[in-house]
Amino acid sequence: MVVTDRSGLFPALVKGLACAMAFSQIATAATLPQDNVDVLYHRYEGGGMVIDGPSVLVRKSAGPQVSVSGQYYVDMVSAASVDVVALASEYTEERTEYTFGVDYLHEDSILSLGYTNSSENDYEANTVYFSASQEFFGGMSTVTLGYARGQDEVGVRGNESFSEDADRQNYQLGLSQVMTRNSLLGVDLEVVTDEGYLENPYRRNRYIDPDAERGFRYQPERYPETRASFSVATRALYYLPYRASIRGEFRYFSDSWGIDAQTFELAYVHALNPRWTLEGRARYYVQDEADFYSDLYAFENSQTHLARDKEMSAFSGTTLGGGVVYEWKQTSLPGVQRLQASLLVDWLDFSYDNFRDVTASGGFLPGEEPLYSFDAFVTRASLILEY
Amino acid sequence: MNHFKVLMAVATVIFITLGAAGCSSIKPWVKPYERDKLADPVMSLSRHGKADAYMHHVYQARESARGSEGGSGGGCGCN
Repeated sequence: MVVTDRSGLFPALVKGLACAMAFSQIATAATLPQDNVDVLYHRYEGGGMVIDGPSVLVRKSAGPQVSVSGQYYVDMVSAASVDVVALASEYTEERTEYTFGVDYLHEDSILSLGYTNSSENDYEANTVYFSASQEFFGGMSTVTLGYARGQDEVGVRGNESFSEDADRQNYQLGLSQVMTRNSLLGVDLEVVTDEGYLENPYRRNRYIDPDAERGFRYQPERYPETRASFSVATRALYYLPYRASIRGEFRYFSDSWGIDAQTFELAYVHALNPRWTLEGRARYYVQDEADFYSDLYAFENSQTHLARDKEMSAFSGTTLGGGVVYEWKQTSLPGVQRLQASLLVDWLDFSYDNFRDVTASGGFLPGEEPLYSFDAFVTRASLILEY
Repeated sequence: MNHFKVLMAVATVIFITLGAAGCSSIKPWVKPYERDKLADPVMSLSRHGKADAYMHHVYQARESARGSEGGSGGGCGCN
């Protein structure tokens, strides 16, 4: 079956691209992104974690065909999550990310190339990405092909001799389609492959040991050294009879570790007047557990792969969010063509089906602790200036 | 893993459909001058720029699912 898939995939891709080229003669002209400054303050607070920081992006065209961008992004982390409290002491750290990108407009295509470096005291990640976007079918369809390759270096605080590598490759295909004068449809596919050290070196799993004080002991995580995942998403946008829109999204995810997940999202945007807009959204996410996950193993080294990372467990998450947006076109500010200021707040709630809270007080027997859950608030304050 | 193989097969069918549809004789049915509503910012999938990308990062760090978030670009180095 896999052989059949591969034999059909590449001819279809080649045929699709060839047709895209043929249609380019009737395509509307693709355009580069507008020059802009995008400033963001972000804050995540919940589950014992506080993560906040700034992000600044500057984009500037260099002639009619080239646009370059640079982004500086910071996560300042103060961590006392259930994993940290159970196994170690609270800590603070900082992650800094730089991204540089170039977009090149060639006839009806936009070619993009970029590089991202993410650095923290125990993790270094470098990613290069390339994408090609093509409008065709009278500008009603846009197809984007993307590829990214990441090389990560994993370390451990306080253990200078620990150094492991992880490589990642992303293959993306996106289609954006105008359906009617009032509606848009998008379909995205993405395959991600990983190879190397994929576990979190700080996390532990536990197994029953009647001789231990609490009836269990911890042992290191041990994940497979490869992972492949596939996701497909579809999203639809509809312009209502008044100036407002409704959006629906669905994503299906499956990976080689046995995790299946579904994401559902609904959003509504309502214009109060030409400048002020309100928006609201609801999102539901559900996944099942990895094949090798267990909250409590029967005995030490009971299987080849071991995981008790709660992101590998079965759980669901609900998000409710809202925001207010102020948009000013053709501003009277010197050099600024358009201004957009937004304040967005989201409430996230996660409930775990088979990850228990070992920090709960009450002297529970192993495996009888209450199931873990937590909620968090995410705040984003954004200012975009186009010039 | 069986689900993974099934999904790869579905992907192949979609790719083939896309490839074939591109060469059909259907003409564009929404003219450029009929797209004023589609160009309204309330119809944008990425109206908030980097603030939208940040939410993908928030979810990727807490959920196993990844990919197909929409929008172009590559990995985020956010493991």
